[in-house]
Amino acid sequence: MSTKNMATPALANIEVQGITRESFIMRGAIAAGSVYGLSTVGPFVKQAVAQEGGGDVDILNFALTLEFLEAGFYTMALKNVDGLSGMTKQLATTLRDNENEHVDALTATIKDLGGTPVKAPGVDFGMAFASEDSFLETAQTFEDLGVGAYNGAGPMIESTDVLAAAGSIVQIEGRHAGVIRLVRGEPIEESPFDKGLAMEEVLAAAKPFIKG
Amino acid sequence: MKNSSTREPGDGEHAALDRLAREDGDSRAQFLKMAGAGAAGALAIFVAACGGDDEPSGGGEPSGGEPSGGDKPSGSKGSQGDIDIVNYALTLEFLEADFYQQVLDSGEVTGPPAEVAMLIAETEQAHVEALMATVTDLGGTPVEAPQTNFEDVLAGGQEMILQTAATVENLGAAAYLGQAGNIESMDVLAAALSIHSIEARHAAVLNQVVGKPIVPDGAFAKPATMEEVLMAVKPFIKA
Repeated sequence: MSTKNMATPALANIEVQGITRESFIMRGAIAAGSVYGLSTVGPFVKQAVAQEGGGDVDILNFALTLEFLEAGFYTMALKNVDGLSGMTKQLATTLRDNENEHVDALTATIKDLGGTPVKAPGVDFGMAFASEDSFLETAQTFEDLGVGAYNGAGPMIESTDVLAAAGSIVQIEGRHAGVIRLVRGEPIEESPFDKGLAMEEVLAAAKPFIKG
Repeated sequence: MKNSSTREPGDGEHAALDRLAREDGDSRAQFLKMAGAGAAGALAIFVAACGGDDEPSGGGEPSGGEPSGGDKPSGSKGSQGDIDIVNYALTLEFLEADFYQQVLDSGEVTGPPAEVAMLIAETEQAHVEALMATVTDLGGTPVEAPQTNFEDVLAGGQEMILQTAATVENLGAAAYLGQAGNIESMDVLAAALSIHSIEARHAAVLNQVVGKPIVPDGAFAKPATMEEVLMAVKPFIKA
């Protein structure tokens, strides 16, 4: 996939590092090897190389993995964090419900496109549920990461339908991220632009929470 | 494969733009009427956005094509469609930046909401500057800032100001989402996405502050068309 208008200086601090769809997926697949193991990555690379309009499935599966992580995180938090305040409990419930809906929608979309949805990864959230503070801190990490992941993958999406769906989801991740930061007393954004992250960056950040 | 759903100019939500671009279309007449004779700044930009039909916009993303990064040399022009979309976004950012500046100048907002407003003001100004530079880089001319009218809002005090801020931010987020599928250049799309989720942060935070749901449309945000957005911002543009 070619990138047009590559050299627009004004975009220098907000562009996606001049990456192509192929390099995005391949670099992600290589990074994924360190997370999921080579047996998982083998078919992934094969699929990426053989893509004929199937690239969107790979991106959706990447997104689905993150949504599984997020949905699992909030589900477990609601069961495991002692003494959640009323407001935080309500927030966590909304977020859990949203992420579950994202999981369902992405799973259905992947099937619609003829792909096979990835399975939910094994998770390990460490000490995130030790307190309300540690829960919120980790939630912020996940939501900011989700925003960066979708923003990084968005320009690589071929189908306008899939792009619209991803856009409607990333806006929700952005909303979650902003409110969690507000609740924590953090700046609601780190910069005026939510930079897209490369797949390898996202996987590296998610790795500590994936068991296995 | 699935020509109807690949990212090409003229399909999907671009249909709304195309519809507006037709000289004899009822929607265009209605659109111009809606803009109002006095809303000169906004009118000019929206006419520009809607009337760019003299040249077909560039080829869109070639579906499954080979990487060919050199097909547009440095400094080459972007498509008219992208320029129009960025100018449209710029108009909204001008409106937002001006609003927050006036809010801060008014001293009407105090306490923690003032801190949020200060950060958002800086952010919207950064968006204005980035989008202006982007239009220029794409070979276009940035639109002028619209003349705004927030007097009634400011007179309404903190509660009305924050309510209006929430409205404007939710609208901004929906406006970016509504254009994502129409953008041809990957770089412009990346830029738009990087702003879109910031508007989303603002929208949810302000909703939270004024006691509205942080995700008013549930788990999937809804886009807004240019027509819807123009209609909604009309009260804030000076006649």
